[in-house]
Formats: sequence, C-alpha cells, structure tokens
Amino acid sequence: MSEIFHAFRQRLAALFRRRHFEDDLDEELRSHLAMAEELNLRKGISAAEARREALRSFGGIEQVKEICRDQKGLPTIEAAFRDVRFGLRMLRNSPGFSMVAILCLTLGIGANSAVFSWVEGILFRPYPAVTHQERLAAVTGTVRGESDPDAISWPDFLDLQKNCTQFDAFIVTKITGTTLSVGERAERTTGSIVSANYFDAIGVHPILGRGFEPGEDTGRNAHPVVVISYQLWQRRFKGDREIIGKTQRLSGVVHTIVGVAPEEFYGTFVGWAMQFWVPASMEEIFESGGYKLEDRSARWIEAYVRLKPGVTLAQAQEEISAVAKRLEADYPETNRGRGIKLWPLWQTPFNNAGTLLPTFEIMLAVVVFVLLIACANVGNLLLIRSLARHREMTVRLAIGASRKRLVKQLFTEGLILSAFGAAGGLVVAHWCRNALVLLFPSRGGVAMHLPNQIDWRVLGLSAGVCLIATLLLGLVPAMQASKIDLAGALKAESAGVVGKRGTAWFRSGLVLVQVSLSFVLLVGTGLLLQSLQKIRTASPGFSAHRVLHTAVDLVSAGYDAQRAQNFEDELITRVKALPGVESAAFARSTPMSYGSYSSTPIAVDGYQPAPDEQPTVEYNEVGPDYFLTMGIAVASGREFTRADDEKAAPVAIVNETMAARYWRGKNPVGERLQVKSRWMRVVGLARDSKYENVRELPKPFFYVPLRQNFSVQTALNIRSLLPPGAMAAALTREVRALDPGLALYEVITLQEQVDRSTSPQLVAATLVGVLGGLALLLAAIGLYGVMSCAVSESSRELGLRMALGADASNLLRLVISRGLALTVGGVLLGATVALVLTRSLGNLLYEVSPRDPLAFGGAFAAMIIVSLAACFLPAWRATRTDPARILRD
Amino acid sequence: MPSSKTEVLQGTLDLLVLKTLDSMGSMHGFGIALRIQQVSEDLLKLNQGTLYPALLRLEERGWITSKWGVSENNRKAKYYSLTRLGRKQLGEEAESWARMSAMINRVLGTSSQ
Repeated sequence: MSEIFHAFRQRLAALFRRRHFEDDLDEELRSHLAMAEELNLRKGISAAEARREALRSFGGIEQVKEICRDQKGLPTIEAAFRDVRFGLRMLRNSPGFSMVAILCLTLGIGANSAVFSWVEGILFRPYPAVTHQERLAAVTGTVRGESDPDAISWPDFLDLQKNCTQFDAFIVTKITGTTLSVGERAERTTGSIVSANYFDAIGVHPILGRGFEPGEDTGRNAHPVVVISYQLWQRRFKGDREIIGKTQRLSGVVHTIVGVAPEEFYGTFVGWAMQFWVPASMEEIFESGGYKLEDRSARWIEAYVRLKPGVTLAQAQEEISAVAKRLEADYPETNRGRGIKLWPLWQTPFNNAGTLLPTFEIMLAVVVFVLLIACANVGNLLLIRSLARHREMTVRLAIGASRKRLVKQLFTEGLILSAFGAAGGLVVAHWCRNALVLLFPSRGGVAMHLPNQIDWRVLGLSAGVCLIATLLLGLVPAMQASKIDLAGALKAESAGVVGKRGTAWFRSGLVLVQVSLSFVLLVGTGLLLQSLQKIRTASPGFSAHRVLHTAVDLVSAGYDAQRAQNFEDELITRVKALPGVESAAFARSTPMSYGSYSSTPIAVDGYQPAPDEQPTVEYNEVGPDYFLTMGIAVASGREFTRADDEKAAPVAIVNETMAARYWRGKNPVGERLQVKSRWMRVVGLARDSKYENVRELPKPFFYVPLRQNFSVQTALNIRSLLPPGAMAAALTREVRALDPGLALYEVITLQEQVDRSTSPQLVAATLVGVLGGLALLLAAIGLYGVMSCAVSESSRELGLRMALGADASNLLRLVISRGLALTVGGVLLGATVALVLTRSLGNLLYEVSPRDPLAFGGAFAAMIIVSLAACFLPAWRATRTDPARILRD
Repeated sequence: MPSSKTEVLQGTLDLLVLKTLDSMGSMHGFGIALRIQQVSEDLLKLNQGTLYPALLRLEERGWITSKWGVSENNRKAKYYSLTRLGRKQLGEEAESWARMSAMINRVLGTSSQ
C-alpha cells in the first residue's frame, strides 16, 4: 500500500516538477560523463580520446533521456487527462445530447442540494452564530394524556436548573412582540424574553455594549434593559455608535439599550428574525396574563438546554424526568400530571422547525425520486448514444484498446456529465437557498432568515449523490461495451447489432420506472393541492372573509387601563358609525395568530377530575358584540354586553366542546365555573370554532368579558364588507381624531390571518408541485428519447410496413400505442407504489383521503397527455419514412 | 550469441543495483556502473546509460532514494541509497533469483547428462 502511495506521490510531484526533473537529469548525466572522462584521463588516455571513450561506454544520451522521460510520465493520470479531454470532445460533438443530459442532472442534483441545504439550514443548524448547536435541545412541559407539549413555568424552570447536573446551561427564550416607535414611525417588532445567561450560554457576544448580567432576570420589572439586533440598530437607529446607554420605550416602559447583537445573529426561533431581547424580569410588560415569575401554574416559557459534552439526550431526559417527578410530588396543586420533555433541535415543537419537519421529510423522499428519474433519463440517453457509438467502440477494441480502458473511458464521460450537473446543481441550490423565504409570508416585517453559506455537510451529501449518479450512469453503457462481440460486430454492415433486444427492454424498463415515479409525485401533488384547497376553504367557525382585523398601539403611548377603556369606548362608537360597518368588538387575542391565548386551571361544579388530572382550558378576553362581529353563533344563553363590566358579577361563555367535557353535554348556561379562585356564572354556550389553526381538533375554550379582565393591548375586529384599504384610511382618521400620537397596525381580513397560518401547507404543496412538474418534464424527455430511438431503429420495419400498404395514420397509431403501453404500464406500477406511499403524507393531508380518486385520476390524465405529446414527434417522424430509400439501403 | 557480452535483463539490472547499494552504501550513478562492471569482471558489458532509467524506476518504487552530494573529486553528483523497503525487496528478489537459477541449473544439468 505504502509502495503504491509512494509511487503515486512521486509521479504527482513529477507532473508539477517536469522542468526540475529535466534539469536534474541533465546535470546527473553531465556529471557521470565528466567522472568517466576524468577516470579515463587518469588512465593516461589523451583528452579527446577520454571524452570519446566516456560517451561510447555510456551509450546514446538522448535515448537514455527519452526512456527516463517516458518512465517519469504519468501513465495513469495522463491517461485520465486524455480520457477527460476525449470525453469533453465527445460531449461537444453532440451538444444536443450533452445539453439535455446536463440539464437533467442539474435539475436532479440541484433539487437534492437545495432540499439538503434547507434541511440543514432550518433543522440542523438553524441558528447562525450560536455555538455547539449539536448539543442544544428544546425543552417543553408535557401533560399526561395529551400529545401536545405545553410551556414551562418560571419556578419550575429554576428548580430544573438547580437540580439537574447533565446540562451546561438552561436557556429561556420566549417569543414576544411589541410596537416600536422611533421618531414618528411605529412598527410591530418581534423579540425574545430571555434568561440572563442567554447570550453567554449560546456563545453570542454583542458587538457593542454587553449581554445581560446575572440577576437581571429576577425582580418584578426591575431591569428595563434591552439588547437590540444589528438590523434594528442599522435600520431604526442609523448605526449610531453611541447607542449604548440611550433609552427606548418598549411596551410603554422606558428601556436602556445595553447592547447590539452581531450582524449574523437572528435569535433562536426558526422562521423569525428577532429584533430585540429583554430579560425575563420584564416578562409582565411584554406578556399578557400578569406577573408570572412566582406563579408555578403560569406556564409560558419556551426553553433550550445545552447538554454537557458526551451526555446523550436519553440520559438527560432520564435525569430531567426524575426532577420533574419530584416537582410533581412537591407541588401537586400545580404540577399534577405534568412532566418535562427534551426534543432534538430539529423537532423543536414551539417554532417552525416542528411544523416544517413533515414537509421536509416528504421533500427528501421527493427529491430522491426526482434524482432517480433524472439518472434514468441520462442513463437512457447514454445508452442510446452508446448504440450510436457502437462502431467506434468496436474499432477501438479491434485495434487493441483493452475493455478495461473502454469502460474507464465511458465512466469518465459519465463523471464529466455529473460534474457539470453537480456544478449546475450547486448553482441552483445557491439560488434556491433563500427562495424558500419567499414562500413564508413576511408577517409585519418579520421574515424567515437562512444562513447564506452552504455548509460542508450539504456539499458532502451532494457530492455523494453525484458520485452515485455517476456510477449508475457510467454503468449502463459500460455494461454494453464489455459485451461487444468483436468478430460479429465487425462483420456486420451497420451498427446496432449487439444486444438490441436486450437494451430495448432495459430502456423501456427505465422509462417504466420514470413514469411510475413521476406518477407517484403527481398523485402526491394532487393530494397536497386538494388538501391545501380544503384548508383554505374550510370554515374556521367564524366569518373570516367579512371581518377586518387591526389594533391600535396604546401600550407604547403609555395608556393606563382607565385611559385605554375610555379610548376603546370612544373608538367603538365612532367605528360603528362608519358607513359599511355592521358591528365591531375588541378582544385581547386573535384567532390563528401565534400562540396568544392565556390558559388557566379551572374547576367546575359537579365535575370530579381524575386523580392525576388538572383541567386546564384556554380562554380569550372579548368585548361586547364579539360573537356577533366574528359570526360565531351563540347556541344558548346570551353574549356579553356593555353591562358585563367590572362592577357586574363575573360571567363566562363556554364553547360546545367544553360543555360536553365538563358538563357532560348538559346545557351549562346558569352553571358555575371557577377560574383562579374566582367563580363565574356561565351565561352563554358558543359554537366551536378554530382557535390556533384550521387543522386543530375541537378543543375546550371559553370567553370572559374584556372589562372584567382588562388588558391594555387589544385587537379590534370589525364586521364590514369594506376592503381593508378603505377601512384603514377611515380608521386612521378616527384614531387620529381621538389622539394624534397613536399608531394603527396593518388592517387585514381575518381570512388573511387564516391564510398566513396555513403557510406550511402552502410551502409543502408548492414545493411538491414544482418537483412533481419537474418529474413530469423529465419523464417526458425520457419517453421522447426512447420513442425516437425506437423509431429510428425500426425504420426498416416501418418502411416495410409502408411498402406493404400501411398509411401514415397506421404508423402513427403503431408508434403512439407503443408509447402509451409504456405509460400505462408505468402508471399501473406507480399507482401501486402511490397507494402505499401516500399514507405517509398523513398529517399534511386535511380531509383528503390518501386514495383520493381525483388525485389519482388527475395524475393519470396528466401522464397520458404528456406521454402523447412526447410520442407525437417520433411518431410523426415515423410517417415521414421513405420506404423506397429504406428498402434500398 | 557471444558469451562474453551477456545482455542484461531489466529485472537483473534492478537486482544488481540493489545489491550494489546494499553492500557499498550510498553511491552515485557512475560509481554503481563501475562497481557492477568490476564485480562481474567486465563480463557484463552494459551501456552505462541504461543504468539511469533503472535508477529512476527503483526510486519511483520507493526502493532507493537519491540526494545531491559532492563526489570524492569535488564534483556535484547524485547519490543513491537503499531504503528499508528496498532492502526488503532485495531479500525477496535475491531469494527468487536463487530459486530460479537453481531450477535452471537443475534443468540444464539433467538435460546435458
């Protein structure tokens, strides 16, 4: 082994030191001759004779040099270069073939690299600038008997941190939003509430100022400090170098800017770019639901842990579960049935990683399909060409090329093709890298961000894919070449004698596979599109199209509860008076916006919870006329009125699922409900609707009057047929009339809000659709290639048929029916595969059966139409056959 | 074929060079040529030039290494010496040579009887 290595190194070195080698050799030989001459002189021979004798006994100097040079040359490497040069020439000679082959490979490899790079960038290395992401894990709470994870309370978090030993760090990060007003402009910005160790623990060092200091996450509202993002610093503060120590009002509280994060840091939330970070002590200012740092029942934290090096997730889970168990025993009131769960980063349930995971799993399968189709295509093209080059191969074999050499040559050509394909693919991947961002709606100026550079793992995987593609591609013609029967082939008049039947079968087989794979993708596309359609048209339980949604930023303006209530009363009156407005109502949270409902433990008269059950239900605080405005029917009882204010008795409205669960289907109107030690009278029963996303199952939910549970930040819902633009203009007028210093948020329909919440489905359907189309195109190319080749190969047969009286339509039918037979065969095969595979689409499908006949039928129709198109040209060419010429030849 | 001017087979020349370097240590090309002629008592009339492709070949196989030095007469010359790998190879080649020549001797001996 070391011998081979040594020789190789020598030769390689020699390649780059050719000049050096020549000089060396010259000098060595000169020195030899000089020594010989000297010796001869010493023997007493005359000078001229001594020189002649030395030259004579040496032999031919130039011959020796030539032999040395030959030996020094690099037979293997030079042969490889020759193969490459020759291969390139062959590709140039048939530009059509080369273009199509390289295009197929570029698309196949590009699609793979792009998806790899997304998966890597979003799931495995989601946070640029964060160190040791491989040891990060997401942490959530669990509720016994429920599959959805829950958040964690601050006291629980502190106890976990104190009692666990397998972790380097516990990090709190909770997405929040606020309105930022710098100068005259107000805009919605997204930020994180974090623990004080946040920046240190993730290894991110602010470029100006500092991160948070220990202790800044304790004390109620005690540390109004903020670290801002580089982007915010540049955009809103014009890159002011003196920013540190300046103040900024956030959610109505003056914060001191203590740091600016590095440019490449966007926070730790997949799908959102954070603009600011505040310590957990300021939680009450940014989060609804009051002061929660000492409340074990208030679960609001999203957290990460960094495992100590060498600790596995399972070990860490074991320890943290044990601690959670102790907490459950110590605090049964709040922690009964509660556990803690660790998640690998790519399964993080509380950001878009979890939502995107199923999409990416499918994408990975799909791009492998596309690559296989592309490879089959190129394989087919190579095969067809190898038939055309059969003559060349035979001659080369006859004049002494070894079969090994020919196979090597063919492999080299495959390698060149896939190298071009890979280069093209990487370019495609690079373009597509941030194209994914386009598919995500930019919600109020917050966009998805992917680290720009493609990481080595992606390059490695793509290279691997490329290598496999090459092996597959080179294999086909190489097998052909090694089967050439020399004598037979040379004797034959024309090319194409060898294994004709065999290769025809093989090529048809490849097309069959292509057709079936693209059929599967088409079925998948059809299912996802239908499902998307169903989701987009599904009724969310409220009239999304007719309700406009917006908010006024009272918090930044420093409104207290009293002022806010007065303002809201005034505004509602003015809005209701606007032409085209049917009704309007304030509410704290909006359906389908990111996790914004409060949840609370409840107790119900006559409902005995199971021993380890703590009934917890989400609720919304809504103003009078909310149900009327939203179009949610109140099935029994009444809705809230202006009379349900802070002076009146506490009331609540529950939904049907809640009534069914806690009142066993009995009409709950008039019954009592306990929320946080406060008893409320149930006055209404509302129909179920969707709260967080369209796909959710019906869940218990209740409503309380806004006035009895006031919070300054509220959203305004307006039932009107006016377009959002017109409403925005009118609203701005009304708001300014009340207080010129207030800023209005974007006005959108609730349907827009719903659409934004279904973006993962949109992304999945769009991507699979694009790739399905790509697969269809590739399959069409494959089919076209095979049919063209079949037609030109059987020109003799076609000519004979024509001579015997077949007319153009007969021939057309003959060729097309052969193409269709292949297609139908492929479709049958594909349908079988699809029936098995579409089941894995499972949770991406919404009210669509994986065996949906429309999707299958549509895919079938598309396949047939495309294959007809692909066969038509070859078939038409068949009818142009000139029987006289064919028969004469 | 004139018996005094035995043609040197390629493999044989390699073996001779290895053996020479083994017994004499580091030497330059001219020295090796002289030594081979001396030892074979001028029986082996090799064109000294043919030595150089052989040296190059051996070096590429890693059996010998070379470096520039200064000869006894203060002349710049390239010195060759045996590597560990070369020494091992010499052992193997010498052995197979011995086997081969013994066999040939036996064949010749039996046929001449």
